[in-house]
Amino acid sequence: MFIVRYRIIFYIFSALLVIGSLLAIFGWGLNPSIDFKGGSLLEVAYSNQRPSQSDVIAALLPLNLSASVIPSETKSYDIRTTTLTDSQKNTLISTLSALEPSGTTTIPIHIGTTTAMASMSVPSMQVIGYNTIGPTLGVEAAWKSVVAVILVILAIVLFIAWAFRKVSEPVSSWKYGIVAIIDLTHNIAIPLGVFAVLGHFYGYEIDTLFVTSLLVILGFSVHDTIVVFDRIRENLHNAPGSKRFDEIVGASINQTFVRSINTSLTTLFALVVLYFVGGSATEHFSLALIIGIAAGTYASICLGSPLLVTLEKWQKKGKK
Amino acid sequence: MLKHRMIAFFIILIAAAIGYFVYATQSSSPFKLGLDLAGGTELVYTADVSKIPVGSVADSMSALRDTIERRVNIFGVSEPVVETETAGIFGSASTQNRLIVELPGVTDVAAAKSAIGATPVLEFYLIKTKDYNAIAAKNLNATDTQAAINAVRIPTGITGSMLAKATLTNDPVTGAPDAVSLQFNSTGAQKFADLTKNNIGDIAAIYLDGQPLEFPTIREAINNGQAQITGNFTSASAKDLVRNLNYGALPVPITVLSEQTIGPTLGQATVNAGIMSGLIAFAVIALFLIIWYRLPGLLAVIALAAYTALNLALYKLIPVTLTAAGIAGFILSIGMAVDANILIFERMKEELRKGRGIMDAVHEGFARAWPSIRDSNTSSIITGGILYFFSSTSVIKGFALVFIIGVLVSMFTAITASRFFLFAVSPKKPGRLSLFLMKNGFTN
Repeated sequence: MFIVRYRIIFYIFSALLVIGSLLAIFGWGLNPSIDFKGGSLLEVAYSNQRPSQSDVIAALLPLNLSASVIPSETKSYDIRTTTLTDSQKNTLISTLSALEPSGTTTIPIHIGTTTAMASMSVPSMQVIGYNTIGPTLGVEAAWKSVVAVILVILAIVLFIAWAFRKVSEPVSSWKYGIVAIIDLTHNIAIPLGVFAVLGHFYGYEIDTLFVTSLLVILGFSVHDTIVVFDRIRENLHNAPGSKRFDEIVGASINQTFVRSINTSLTTLFALVVLYFVGGSATEHFSLALIIGIAAGTYASICLGSPLLVTLEKWQKKGKK
Repeated sequence: MLKHRMIAFFIILIAAAIGYFVYATQSSSPFKLGLDLAGGTELVYTADVSKIPVGSVADSMSALRDTIERRVNIFGVSEPVVETETAGIFGSASTQNRLIVELPGVTDVAAAKSAIGATPVLEFYLIKTKDYNAIAAKNLNATDTQAAINAVRIPTGITGSMLAKATLTNDPVTGAPDAVSLQFNSTGAQKFADLTKNNIGDIAAIYLDGQPLEFPTIREAINNGQAQITGNFTSASAKDLVRNLNYGALPVPITVLSEQTIGPTLGQATVNAGIMSGLIAFAVIALFLIIWYRLPGLLAVIALAAYTALNLALYKLIPVTLTAAGIAGFILSIGMAVDANILIFERMKEELRKGRGIMDAVHEGFARAWPSIRDSNTSSIITGGILYFFSSTSVIKGFALVFIIGVLVSMFTAITASRFFLFAVSPKKPGRLSLFLMKNGFTN
């Protein structure tokens, strides 16, 4: 009952988080990766001593590729540029390679029947990965992402309205859907906001994997909401009209509180392990999921069901 | 009771067998790793179909795919993927026809691109033997010899476009796989028959991209449209020649839209990190379940082990191409797979508290938790499906597939399998110990 009675506090808390996120998103903007804006990303690793970042930037300046240089791992750099042609790419690699004195290796040379050892210089910088995406492909990926997010929200909301179609009293089933929309928007606004902040200060990027994490957050965070709604549905069925709606919602939250937390906890355990152990490829992905699922669990307990009560109260006022 | 125990035992046995299958087949048929893990190159081309009549675009795209696939296969890549795709921004008229080429293990993009995109020319020339001998007698250097030969060669009109196909074959003398057999199409066979019939004793010179390849002497009329080139080939260069001869022009011009190369070192590190985090995540979740849910928790852990084995086996059998995102998806799904167990156990605990018997509580727990589990999993599958169809990269598609498989398998392990486990071990009479084992201590 505590949550339902003091719901205004939780509304304000959620509203502050969402407003803060929106300010970050629209103030600083999101930092799209080459997945969405097109361009090239070259990851290189130096074997001995990594040249300083400023040296690399200075060396790349004359190439005119509007390159950004970000250190990654201990001896590597991520170089982001405009979409490169093959010859531009080769120039870029040789420029980067020239920054570190090449090492030498000895190779056997066969002359007639005698074998001599000759020393030969080898470049010590290695290209770890290269990715280039044309601008049209980027725009298309961005569009697909936006459409996918909207479709998932619509599909889930329609599904909830349908799944709870037999619940009409005192709050009709489409209102469960409306509440789900508010929940879901809340749950993706917060990770977006956090990534806008991280993007501004640490250069975190929004890529297709981030959008995937948003979709998973949408799909997962609705689980807890469904569990509470389902309990409300059951309690309404068992005690038709005998109790006040807000009491039923409050009791339902209390009854399902532990399982909502526990189902999210096991998933969060997996994600936290993935974040710390899983390697750099999925680090940001798991971070986004952790934020979104935590927000989603909070919202399903403290935002979604209390909102049903608020809707019911408005409905009553409207009738009077 | 006995029936439940038998089935539970049977499920564990099968799961163990599946687990052993995954382990034992690791050397013969390992997991299929995506480019980001195995290392390799992905090239996305856009095909310019503006000059192709609308009706035959699909045909020429599939012809393009076949041609590129042939080239890629001879490039010596294991399990290359060549796919065509129609894509575009919604609502815009400009859809694009794309060709996606995945080359596992290939990191030399420049070589790969030239092998895919180059369009070499094969030509046959006639050289009179007397001219050839006269030039040879002059003892010129290589460049001058070639220039002199080019001056006397006679075009025959026979080109690579008249070849039905070229294949790698064994040298009839040495037996080494370094000879190339040619099969002309009907036009080519006719021209070749005329050429050989009228010029016995002269030379049918073979040129590739303007460079002389071979100067075989015509010994007899060849009417069946077959010829064999043997020469100073190594098996590698013979293979190259076969590729080159099978080239012909591409049916549709293509340009590179995007390319991605991943070195193998990065991939191996990611795989190791993925395995490590999978093990740790499993251990942490198992510990949590056993501490919180006791006996049912332990059963959920056994079901989760079965879940893991079943998933991994499906990845091999379907097969699912595992990417870094896919592995992350699997680890995420380990955390989600036990959700159904948690909902059931919490409900059981509630029913026990209401004073029901243990068997009753187990029954009710499953029955009452089912609607939530069904609705949750439906929403997951909706999400996974949309993700799969709107994914712009194969990486995301791989994730979506793993996600959907995970939800479906967990419906079986966390519900059906767990139910048999629970019925198999649930004590009939509620003693203090059995209640302690079935309930959890952390009440709310």
